[in-house]
Amino acid sequence: MPHAASHTTEEHHEPTGFWSRYIFSQDHKVIAIQYTITALVVGFVGLFLSWLMRLQLGFPGEFNFINPNNYLQFMTQHGMIMVVYLLTAILLGGFGNYLIPLMIGTRDMAFPFLNMLSYWIYLVSVILLLAAFFVPGGPTGAGWTLYPPQSVLPNASPGADWGIRLLILSLAVFVASGTMGGLNYVTTVLQLRTRGMTLMRMPLSVWGIFIASILALLAFPALFVGGVMLLLDSLFGTSFFIPVVNVLGQQLGREGGNPILFQHLFWYFGHPEVYIVILPAMGIVSDLLSTHARKPIFGYKAMVISIAAIAAIGFIVWAHHMFVSGMNPYFGFWFAIATVIIAIPSAVKTYNWLLTLWKGNLHLNTPMLFALGFVSTFIIGGLTGLFLGNVIADVPLHDTYFVTGHFHLVMGVSAIFGIFGGLYHWFPKAVGRMYSEALGKLHFWVTFVGSYLIFFPMFGEGFLGLPRRYFSFKGIESFSPIIHDLNVFITIVALAVGAAQLLFVFNLIWGAWKGRKAEANPWRATTLEWQTPTTPPPHGNWGAQLPVVHRWPYDYSLPDAPQDYIPQTTSQRS
Amino acid sequence: MQGILLAIVLVLLVIGAVVLTMSGALWLPTLASNWGAIDNMLVITLIVTGIAFVVLNLILAYIVFRYRARDGQKAAFFAENHRLERNLILVTALGIIVMLGPGLFVYSEFIHPPQNALVIEVLGQQWRWSFRYPGTDGKLGRTDPKLFAQNAVGIDITDPVAQDDVVVHGPLHLPLNRPIIIKLRSKDVLHSFYVPEFRAKMDAVPGMVTRLWFTPTKTGTFDLLCAELCGTAHFQMRSKVIVESPEEFERWLQAQPTVAQTIKK
Repeated sequence: MPHAASHTTEEHHEPTGFWSRYIFSQDHKVIAIQYTITALVVGFVGLFLSWLMRLQLGFPGEFNFINPNNYLQFMTQHGMIMVVYLLTAILLGGFGNYLIPLMIGTRDMAFPFLNMLSYWIYLVSVILLLAAFFVPGGPTGAGWTLYPPQSVLPNASPGADWGIRLLILSLAVFVASGTMGGLNYVTTVLQLRTRGMTLMRMPLSVWGIFIASILALLAFPALFVGGVMLLLDSLFGTSFFIPVVNVLGQQLGREGGNPILFQHLFWYFGHPEVYIVILPAMGIVSDLLSTHARKPIFGYKAMVISIAAIAAIGFIVWAHHMFVSGMNPYFGFWFAIATVIIAIPSAVKTYNWLLTLWKGNLHLNTPMLFALGFVSTFIIGGLTGLFLGNVIADVPLHDTYFVTGHFHLVMGVSAIFGIFGGLYHWFPKAVGRMYSEALGKLHFWVTFVGSYLIFFPMFGEGFLGLPRRYFSFKGIESFSPIIHDLNVFITIVALAVGAAQLLFVFNLIWGAWKGRKAEANPWRATTLEWQTPTTPPPHGNWGAQLPVVHRWPYDYSLPDAPQDYIPQTTSQRS
Repeated sequence: MQGILLAIVLVLLVIGAVVLTMSGALWLPTLASNWGAIDNMLVITLIVTGIAFVVLNLILAYIVFRYRARDGQKAAFFAENHRLERNLILVTALGIIVMLGPGLFVYSEFIHPPQNALVIEVLGQQWRWSFRYPGTDGKLGRTDPKLFAQNAVGIDITDPVAQDDVVVHGPLHLPLNRPIIIKLRSKDVLHSFYVPEFRAKMDAVPGMVTRLWFTPTKTGTFDLLCAELCGTAHFQMRSKVIVESPEEFERWLQAQPTVAQTIKK
């Protein structure tokens, strides 16, 4: 231990054994990497499932192993994996863990043991999730929204017995893991900021993750409660969500439940969930744009306020997913108004990103390209949301491919661009080596252009009236033949874009193994994580002395300064 | 190099989106109901969001072209401009009001069906649609989900009003130019009544009755689809809608057997 002599009392004791260092580690950086790798692996399962769906849609009848049942199962698992087990886990568990302590200048999370537990419980939830592929009946095919009655009534949809139960169990375990993580992130941000790191000097990445963690703590309980009741309806024949029904000629002894109640519970979680994913991505992108454009973020305070505003309003818009659900039609007025109001803080963020770039000095390396890609896909994703939020315009488009295109661009592609950008950006710090810039750029171009080619045509399909979650469109005369051509085209691009993700995997593995040694601060960035004594940062992050913060994180290109960046640790006078 | 390339791709994206939209190849199917106001809302929304899409992406393209890193270039330092921020918020709010105002107005029409409408009941079940018309008395008989055990549509056969009701399992015949209220029921799981040409759409929820209304304005045959995932054969849960002149409709309806004739007590 090189700096053993200067240990201060607050420093953690560095574990020495292999197991405690790399496996059951309590170091936030190791946990972050564990989260990231696990989430990416399960994300590749989700990607593979999307290929199977696209094969069916592009070439119906060509692949006999895909049938209406397993098509719905692929679809459901794809959605659930991507939203919860990839995006949420990697952004909070991965980026949250890595960035919070390093960016606010502390040695670790407030509760390192809880942090470790959070990862291992997340792993259990992933195993439960994937186990559903191996139980009788397979995983549930009720759609990631799990709407009852079809999700829990025997024979009503594929996987309506063991599949749904395992999934609910997995989600409950995930909620437990997420709660441990979330409590940790919130406490750490509130309690452990180093000297000088006021809240309004925190980088926007931390703001995004911090607010998203609060959202998670408030939103996930609704999913938990809904899940528990759904599980009871499935296991013990209760009727929380099941009214009098007659399935395939059989009258079931259920009475008094309301299917719409579940939809309210689900979306009370489900809508904030969108922001749990997108706020950290927004924060990361803000930091990437500022750093690689060598310019301070424009309107920092407005950015922080917008994050908080989006989060707060995000809790009162959930029923815009239910405009044609049969809920009280007067709800439509309120939920439409609240929904489109969210467009204002979202637009403020977009304007401020563009103004951050304006008159900058844009270094268009891989992280920057992905951050710019995020801005573009967020624009189209956000704008198409205005169709769906404005209740009457939602009616014809609801449950069509327009919706599929919208949410994929705004929370799938945008969020994953934020993640890719962030992974490339912090890779040199986390690993100590550089990835291949050429491969990274290739990865960006295929993914960026490909994403538009996949999802943009879906807006057109939605306008044509194509309903989503359809195994096949054969025999529907009103759909023009153009739909078949579009589906072939989308499938081919989707296969190519999916395959291109192997470039990313190869790049990270090759980079970590053979990449050029990284400098401590290759991007000449101002934030604390780039000012650690060694790269990768040691256990405890800072050596003997915690850093002291003297300025906000965006002092790029100050007039009269000798360099185009001034680290947060540099005092105001020097 | 990357900057120029990205600028070109973004400009191509904008051109492609505008051309694709203008070409009309990916536009709504021809309207066959009174809901032209919904189409107008889509057009207004498309114009407002389209302008924002084009302007923002072109600005982004300009930025990555103009401010890509080159030798000797320095970034400017500015981090705030309250007046600009306020004006941008005002413009955004204006755009939103232009969409939301008329949108809520049309929605209010959508949830207030006219008085003189013909009420038809649509029943969804895995995986087919059934339709029930009031007979000569103009009223639909009583139903109860518990009665599904007794007959296929859960109708109360002892109700005198129910006797002259007409139940068919497709296609759905509708008279031209008369407002129709569709009362939706489901026997088992969620379904959703969806005819793309009518624009209107509503879920069928077991245990309750939901409704929507429209006036067919074009004769012809249309596809009725299910728009809410309802299990394995969701994609095959289809029926036809035949819109015909009121006379043809009446003739067709008269020819159908009534509930009293088809369902045993």
